Amino acid sequence: MPHDHADHDHPHSLLPPDPALRVKALETILVQKGLIDPAALDEIIDTYENRIGPKNGAHVVARAWSDPAFKAALLADADPVLAGMGYYGRQGEHMVVVENTADVHNMVVCTLCSCYPWPLLGIPPGWYKSDAYRARAVREPRKVLAEFGVTLPEGQAVRVWDSTAEVRYLVLPQRPEGTDGMDEAALMALVTRDSMIGCGLASAP
Amino acid sequence: MTRVYDMGGRFGDGAVVPEAEHVKFHADWHPRALAITLACGSLGLWNIDISRHAREGLSPNDYGRFSYYEKWIAALADLLVETGALSRDELERGAADGTSDLAEKRLAAAAVAGVLAKGGPATRPSNVAPLFAVGDTVNIRSMPENVMVPGGHTRLPGYAAGATATVIRLHGAHVLPDSNAHRMGEAPEPLYAVALKARDIWAHPEHPEDEVILDLWQSYLAAP
Repeated sequence: MPHDHADHDHPHSLLPPDPALRVKALETILVQKGLIDPAALDEIIDTYENRIGPKNGAHVVARAWSDPAFKAALLADADPVLAGMGYYGRQGEHMVVVENTADVHNMVVCTLCSCYPWPLLGIPPGWYKSDAYRARAVREPRKVLAEFGVTLPEGQAVRVWDSTAEVRYLVLPQRPEGTDGMDEAALMALVTRDSMIGCGLASAP
Repeated sequence: MTRVYDMGGRFGDGAVVPEAEHVKFHADWHPRALAITLACGSLGLWNIDISRHAREGLSPNDYGRFSYYEKWIAALADLLVETGALSRDELERGAADGTSDLAEKRLAAAAVAGVLAKGGPATRPSNVAPLFAVGDTVNIRSMPENVMVPGGHTRLPGYAAGATATVIRLHGAHVLPDSNAHRMGEAPEPLYAVALKARDIWAHPEHPEDEVILDLWQSYLAAP
């Protein structure tokens, strides 16, 4: 028994028990074998730390708030519209945008894993990947929303989208009151990551 | 329905804790775990369904105690050994026996942006005709299991099994994970978004009009 692991049949139990050492050990072996290039790892990390994030989604939302024809095209068939903005890519190959209205509030979860629209929102936040969110979002979305400080009007139904396939969902939040005349850049600043998952609302100006 | 990763509707979890938008990783090794996993994907040894199945195939004990990226790394190590890219001996020693024959497939730094931008679409031409249209009522299979492979991969959550739903969207034909995860072919078939009334699946729904919508393959569905 090389390490104190619960599962001795799986090869992963042969790696060191400490997660940081485990990753380091695997990286070392893979580099020695010529299977990964450390420079490529740095490039991937830089991409998701600095280049791809919720600003992309906010750009889409602000444009949809500003341009009715764009919004109509986005809601009808998001993929070509998003590809045209340069937001196509891994974990966002099949996008559907769902609009919040006075009648319906949309919210997104993946109960089986943590599927999420990476090209538009970056990698998911910790809570999106948590057991609690995955377990509870489908059964008690309003209690979960309350934990984000959101209380919906009684007349507004909740639609929870469970991303079980490769299809990824982006919520188009309601445009806040008092934003008439604001340009796309100013609107973008009101669009939060959580509002595009449906666990928050767009910020007031 | 006793799969540890199939969490939808489970009781007993605590509060969801919001997080500031600028927080991307919670430990220095997290971005490394992410990057190693993505880079190894380019070796072409598995598809997304195989990698999901590897994470879901962790023992319940490991799945429950591992953090998100620990699951990734454990599944990656298992897949690398299963596909012959690494040996158990190499993992245990923490050193390679020599250069791999697969080294020519290694993801180069200059190729990263292109690979991420290219993605991996799951839509395919299919000769399976859609049986259902928007507005149709459908019955979801009562057994949330892979019907081809005992204990195999599936994307039918337990909470939806046996429920009646309404088709609200046809996504076209997509690769069938139940087949693709086991290297049995892509077997593309129609994929639908179907709506379930919360009051039909939970004993204590929060609101009479609330719904859960999920994407299900045609073979998970039957006419009522």
